[in-house]
Amino acid sequence: MDLRFGDGKPTDEERAAVDALLGPPESSWEGADRSDADLRWARGGREARDRRDQLLPALHALNDRVGWISEGALDYVCRRLTVPPAEAYGVATFYAMFSVGPRPATVLHVCTDLACTAAGASELCAAVETRLGPENGVKVERSPCLGLCERAPAALVIRAGDSARPAFEDEAVQAESGGPGAAAPGDGKGKGRRGRNTLHATAVCAPATPDRAVTAATAPESAPTEPAPEAAVPQTGAPGLILLSRIGTVDPASLDDYRAHGGYIALRRAFALGPAAVIREVTDAGLVGRGGAAFPTGRKWQATAAQPDHPHYLVCNADESEPGTFKDRVLMEGDPYALIEAMTIAAYATGAHRGYLYLRGEYPRALARLTHAVEQSRTRGLLGDDVLGQGYAFDIEIRRGAGAYICGEETALFNSIEGHRGEPRSKPPFPVEKGLFGKPTVENNVETLVNVLPILTMGAEAYAAIGTPTSTGPKLFCVSGSVARPGVYELPFGATLGELLTLAGVRDNLRAVLLGGAAGGFVRPDELGIPLTFEGTREAGTTLGSGVVMAFDDTVPLPRLLLRIAEFFRDESCGQCVPCRVGTVRQQEALHRIVDRTGAAAADDIALLREVGRAMRDASICGLGQTAWNAVESAIDRLGAYQ
Amino acid sequence: MTAIPLGVPRRLVEFTLDGQEARVPEGSTILDACRAAGKDVPTLCEGDTLTPKNACRICVVDVEGARTLAPACSRRAEPGMVVRTDTERARHSRRLVLELLASSVDLSTTPSADRWIKEYEAKPDRFGPDAARVDEEPRIDNDLYVRDYGKCVLCYKCVDACGDQWQNSFAISVSGRGFDARISVEHDGPLTDSACVYCGNCIEVCPTGALSFKSEFDMRAAGTWDEERQTETTTVCAYCGVGCNLTLHVQDNEIVKVTSPHDNPVTHGNLCIKGRFGYQHVQNRD
Repeated sequence: MDLRFGDGKPTDEERAAVDALLGPPESSWEGADRSDADLRWARGGREARDRRDQLLPALHALNDRVGWISEGALDYVCRRLTVPPAEAYGVATFYAMFSVGPRPATVLHVCTDLACTAAGASELCAAVETRLGPENGVKVERSPCLGLCERAPAALVIRAGDSARPAFEDEAVQAESGGPGAAAPGDGKGKGRRGRNTLHATAVCAPATPDRAVTAATAPESAPTEPAPEAAVPQTGAPGLILLSRIGTVDPASLDDYRAHGGYIALRRAFALGPAAVIREVTDAGLVGRGGAAFPTGRKWQATAAQPDHPHYLVCNADESEPGTFKDRVLMEGDPYALIEAMTIAAYATGAHRGYLYLRGEYPRALARLTHAVEQSRTRGLLGDDVLGQGYAFDIEIRRGAGAYICGEETALFNSIEGHRGEPRSKPPFPVEKGLFGKPTVENNVETLVNVLPILTMGAEAYAAIGTPTSTGPKLFCVSGSVARPGVYELPFGATLGELLTLAGVRDNLRAVLLGGAAGGFVRPDELGIPLTFEGTREAGTTLGSGVVMAFDDTVPLPRLLLRIAEFFRDESCGQCVPCRVGTVRQQEALHRIVDRTGAAAADDIALLREVGRAMRDASICGLGQTAWNAVESAIDRLGAYQ
Repeated sequence: MTAIPLGVPRRLVEFTLDGQEARVPEGSTILDACRAAGKDVPTLCEGDTLTPKNACRICVVDVEGARTLAPACSRRAEPGMVVRTDTERARHSRRLVLELLASSVDLSTTPSADRWIKEYEAKPDRFGPDAARVDEEPRIDNDLYVRDYGKCVLCYKCVDACGDQWQNSFAISVSGRGFDARISVEHDGPLTDSACVYCGNCIEVCPTGALSFKSEFDMRAAGTWDEERQTETTTVCAYCGVGCNLTLHVQDNEIVKVTSPHDNPVTHGNLCIKGRFGYQHVQNRD
């Protein structure tokens, strides 16, 4: 490729951030100063281009260090990776967490999504903005769901700055010395060169008050410690838990503790069984995907394992962004080794030697814990060239998302890892045939993978006995909103919605329950008998989706909720196909028009919404556009909104 | 005598198209089959020289058993498939795509847009006067061509033609996201600061006139652009030995733009800056 790069030069800080990730440039072809030797040989070709997948990590490195991506910095990344600057610019502008314009080092993301809005996020936002004022080095951004719904309203502080280690390792190391959940900063973190504090830091502030949010934004390193993950699991310690059994009882930083609590028994069994038998167990157990689409996992694994093309890849979809969903965060923060063991089993069964864990960018603690856990596993021979001394090689690379709901779509996620814009691909071909880097790929959600462990330890038959004949096993539900004990609940498939809500302590005056998140649908308070199974919800004309159960009482104005959902889809549409790109805008405009109207005054716009919604559902490329109208439709048809 | 490579003979795929038996070579798309059968399926992001991105969704058809509609331009025909091109469901989505597009961008220079809007009875006005539009001033930053984002439907054809499908210049990409997505060069700067080599192959494939010759843009602005009065003459470029075909569009004895035949087996409609824009000397009469 004969690329043209701009004349922009990176600052020393930007160059250092990129070089810390990619190593120093080897020649002027990669951005170093030109020497005589460079005139005698050229670097390029496939080898240079094959590092395109480092583009997103490089942009993260800049954002972590400087807080935004300047022209000079972007040009330098392009030179280093042989990426056309126009394409890199397209990638950098795709993600909500990046900025190509200057901004303060500290960004305060205030969640204004469903659960947080119901808990007063707009007032929080306004108060924080007034308190902070315009010129004080903090940028306040209204954010889609941060996955902290059990502690709404939520805010996340990210301060760019220097770090001796890659920033995300800090907490894990602290966690090692100070026990699980320890986030207190070590001392010795001095001031930066210019006398200001320039260390990279993140702080989660939930439930947030204006006071706490402002304090966290001005000094994230000394923000109070986030509650331990088990605080999000009201059932902690209850007997009979399968997926959540270790949350709160195992030290998430300790591999020994994980092994003492039954860790790596499943992997040993997998090695004893062999790949084909593992797939048979998973198929017999009746495991289906927990990310929302409910595709049979065994069939997906079988199809990938059978592909003659190599290498095969395993991708764990941890880009948990569906509003109202936070189960994967709790699993990853509370029991990170379980995910690593499950990924190893999945890779072994499907013949993959490389796994990618694509983690949502807004989960700093999960990133810290997983990074630590991967390193520990590698040191102890549970990842690497010879896993458990079985002669099988497997390693995991963690990739961070950067604020794009669409990257939870499986093919958009591939594009994101590969360093392209996170736009979905058209199917067929399906990922089992041509997935990541064009190779056969199996992609599973975190919860799906973690279910593989009990399948192997209990045996397929015992696992399949849990739940109903067509929806087997335990299921995690993310309950939030108008309940006394919000959090992640584990119930066998088949429990009713009412039972779950009673467990969570649903408050009086229930007006509506949102199942499956923004892409799901509303049900009425008189429909609590719906069995929480894939077939049960389908029969009831709704969806289980990713397991979101969000309760709203009658103090929440329904039209405002619907407008927020529509704004979410408008913001998160990737823009590739017309029905979704323009349709989500027209949907949001119509809902905005009728936010205070009812009856005949809203009828025309509702008819318009139905037509637009139908076209989005029928003609959009991917699930985002196809489901963008679901929640609104269900609110109109089931709840009688706007009547 | 030139040997004409015939390639491996391709098997025929049999499927049902609008109730009729259709037979197309393996690998053909549903759109290929529709065109072979003489059916008019509207397309925007599909181009005869490019692999479509299937982003516009105006060519959607009903495939029996599928949950959603399928883009005819990209879905390959499979044996036994039952496809209907004219169901109410397919027509509904096509109509909505036209309404969504026409209400957000200017389709006045999109060939066939008027005809399709009539045919599908699309009413772009029904989203109200406040419906968001891509309202941007045309970008005139060089003497050769103009970028008018107010007419862009984001079909990705220019990006593909500039990138790995033809030119390999990679000067443009899609930036931003959702309704704010735009075709742009790096840092959203002027073309003159970009990797653009002014081959004009993006203009050649633009289906809406969002990219146009400066000469055409100026004449349209002045109201003197009149395709009725234009003649098209295909000739051979005189600049180098490659011998690309040029089609000169001449109005009032002045060359007003240069295109290239897409069916040329060597160039497929692509030219370089000299062939595309270097014609002024021909009409220098001093």
